[in-house]
Amino acid sequence: MFDSLSSKLEKAFKTLKGQGKITEINVAETMKEIRKALVDADVNFKIAKQFTDIVKEKALGQNVLTSVSPGQLMVKIVSDELTSLFGGKTADINITGSPAIILMAGLQGSGKTTHSAKLASYIKKKGKTVMMAACDVYRPAAIEQLKVLGQQIEVPVFFEEGNTNPVKIAENALKAARAENISVLIVDTAGRLSIDEMMMREIGDIKSALKPQEILFVVDAMTGQDAVNTAKAFNDVLDFSGVILTKLDGDTRGGAALSIKSIVNKPIKFVGTGEKMEALDVFHPDRMAQRILGMGDIVSLVERAQQVFDEEEAAIIQKKLLKDQFTFEDFLTQIQQIKKMGNLKDLVGMIPGVGKALKDIDISDDAFKGTESIIHSMTPLERKTPDIINGSRRKRIAMGSGTDIQQVNQLLKQFEEMRKMMRTMNKFQGAGRAMPKLPFMK
Amino acid sequence: MGILSFFNKEKKDKLDKGLEKTKTNLFSKISKALVGKSTVDDAFLDELEEILVSSDVGINTTLKIIERIQKRVSTDKYMNTSELNSFLKEEIAKLLEENNNDKLSTFENLQGKKPYVIMVVGVNGVGKTTTIGKLANQFKKAGKNVVLGAADTFRAAAVMQLKIWGERNGVKVVEHGMNTDPASVAFDAVKIAVEDQADVLIIDTAGRLHNKIGLMNELTKIKKVMSKIIPDAPHEILLVLDASTGQNAFEQAKQFTSATEVNALALTKLDGTAKGGVVIGIADQFKVPVKYIGVGEGIEDLQIFDRHEFVDSLFN
Ligand SMILES: Nc1nc2c(ncn2[C@@H]2O[C@H](COP(=O)(O)OP(=O)(O)OP(=O)(O)O)[C@@H](O)[C@H]2O)c(=O)[nH]1
Ligand SMILES: Nc1nc2c(ncn2[C@@H]2O[C@H](COP(=O)(O)OP(=O)(O)OP(=O)(O)O)[C@@H](O)[C@H]2O)c(=O)[nH]1
Ligand SMILES: [Mg+2]
Ligand SMILES: [Mg+2]
Repeated sequence: MFDSLSSKLEKAFKTLKGQGKITEINVAETMKEIRKALVDADVNFKIAKQFTDIVKEKALGQNVLTSVSPGQLMVKIVSDELTSLFGGKTADINITGSPAIILMAGLQGSGKTTHSAKLASYIKKKGKTVMMAACDVYRPAAIEQLKVLGQQIEVPVFFEEGNTNPVKIAENALKAARAENISVLIVDTAGRLSIDEMMMREIGDIKSALKPQEILFVVDAMTGQDAVNTAKAFNDVLDFSGVILTKLDGDTRGGAALSIKSIVNKPIKFVGTGEKMEALDVFHPDRMAQRILGMGDIVSLVERAQQVFDEEEAAIIQKKLLKDQFTFEDFLTQIQQIKKMGNLKDLVGMIPGVGKALKDIDISDDAFKGTESIIHSMTPLERKTPDIINGSRRKRIAMGSGTDIQQVNQLLKQFEEMRKMMRTMNKFQGAGRAMPKLPFMK
Repeated sequence: MGILSFFNKEKKDKLDKGLEKTKTNLFSKISKALVGKSTVDDAFLDELEEILVSSDVGINTTLKIIERIQKRVSTDKYMNTSELNSFLKEEIAKLLEENNNDKLSTFENLQGKKPYVIMVVGVNGVGKTTTIGKLANQFKKAGKNVVLGAADTFRAAAVMQLKIWGERNGVKVVEHGMNTDPASVAFDAVKIAVEDQADVLIIDTAGRLHNKIGLMNELTKIKKVMSKIIPDAPHEILLVLDASTGQNAFEQAKQFTSATEVNALALTKLDGTAKGGVVIGIADQFKVPVKYIGVGEGIEDLQIFDRHEFVDSLFN
């Protein structure tokens, strides 16, 4: 997602390469390039300036002490500076309280409702009981939207059809949550402009009524220069405790993250990476900084895989592989788990170096559709013992799945190769925490 | 129709109010930068750069404007404050006018198409569905018979949201419920609009990020299926952009245009603190005209974009 910024920074560093040391003169041009790249990535103009001033200061200061090339030095300085700007370490969410209350706030369409549900699902997975409260009484079908999501993730939703007072609804939700011994209450609110005094007062009132443990400012990663004003205005009214940066699955460079962090100095606690309920990642400042510099985000990928893949199931598959008992049934399970991780292209994009290379290659969301329908058209016996799938069976499977013989042949061949490959890989890898392999991603 | 006569007083006030922030942010800063300056110096240009960039105009367009000023200054050394002011205004207006398109349809004039089919596209949460609700209202006021098509079958409660807008406007909404094939909803909607002899059909689509190829292909498919019934439909492919979006809006314009041949833009949420600067940049780089602006969440909060009025609002 930060591809362009990092490539521009790379270009900026190149200007320095081949020169012996950092001086006022050769650093000035580089700083200008860095500043331009940052602004182009939607980092606020003023903040980009401050940032390059700091970097310049450090660059000039360190010059005498080190013998590495100016380019390498600059990479390190910029990377360190970005990391420290984003805050030293991961900030977790506070869910202690009875119930712990999380209030969602932000501009229209930023992703509050979606992320209320994603968070609910995330917290539920930690073994807590969760309830969501529908306090958006303005947007058409806002309550219904939260109810649908609640159903999807099996989390109860508190709502009061006909009640037009969000503060009252919030209070009643809290009562209900207490009565039902809920451990975390997530309060969805209407989108509002920071200059809408009435609406800002309303959310201030909700805060006073609930005294939430967490107030999360939900902001679209594509936001431009205005991000600083909005973040500041919401912070002035709410003194929020953290930020959720949404829609990072797009190709925005996301400079707003940097702007917001430096203007309100609140941690970015989560990032949204898709419309599905699983598409929520904890924010890691160091990784984000690395990502800005084009080092990919392999750790996030692995972590997301670990979250989705059932450890036990993985162990069983591992065992089966070792014993050479891996079947199409298991294959199907794996596909389903991968699909749960979110958009395929995003996942692949997180692998360092791969993101850019795959930019123009089509990995559609339904990349598995053909494979799945072929497997679905097999009999249970065929799935278990693929060796019995002869010519006439192949024909039948192709018919049943709406594919053709070639596709069926190809899948069978791939499956065989995969089993072979996995057998080899298993020799190198111990069972357990290793990320389940993605054999069909060639 | 005169440029300003379209707007009644109330609407005009709303637009002015919506743009007020933009105005104070951009214009007051420009005036401040100009105070006490009788000539253009580097400090002034630096300040101008900051003003424009901070309004999301974008580095490239900003540099273009600055270059033009520098060029002018090099031939015309003694420019005073008011000359500079009007020159700047002129330059920005020019960027907006470079893709002047007077042949756009209006709420009254649908260029002889019946039904006039509009397909609304854009990334998530920019205001597509709301814009459709507002558009339906405007068309109805112009005496048109409107049908809506609920082809966002993905986002939770999306169909219900559009149905509520349909009820508010008293217009028919063609829907197949949630999680159905959006292309077949669009096909059906066109069929029904033809049967009903509707004047306007507006198709809502699910928000999608432009880098998701599968979803962009789906959009192309939705578009194609409509032309099976009406060969030149959809007549208008309206890309909705959020005014608070930064430089990514350019990529959105580019990708959606290449997937669906976007021929009109709507810029929403101009009632916020986000500057209209993005319009200047996009108008400069794309040949697609900004047709509508959104200035609030209410049913009346939509205007036909008028570049003269827009620039005037920035500078008055
Ligand atoms: N691609 C992507 N889409 C997202 C993400 N988060 C939310 N969305 C989509 O963005 C749109 C708006 O999300 P909502 O959750 O309705 O936003 P909201 O802030 O509740 O909106 P209002 O209540 O109208 O202010 C929907 O289409 C969501 O599916 C994300 O991380 N990635
Ligand atoms: N302030 C303001 N809010 C707007 C405007 N247009 C839309 N909104 C709000 O923005 C939010 C999202 O609007 P929608 O119409 O649901 O956006 P969408 O593009 O259809 O969203 P998805 O279908 O989820 O992609 C809602 O809360 C709207 O009320 C506008 O011009 N000004
Ligand atoms: Mg909402
Ligand atoms: Mg919509």
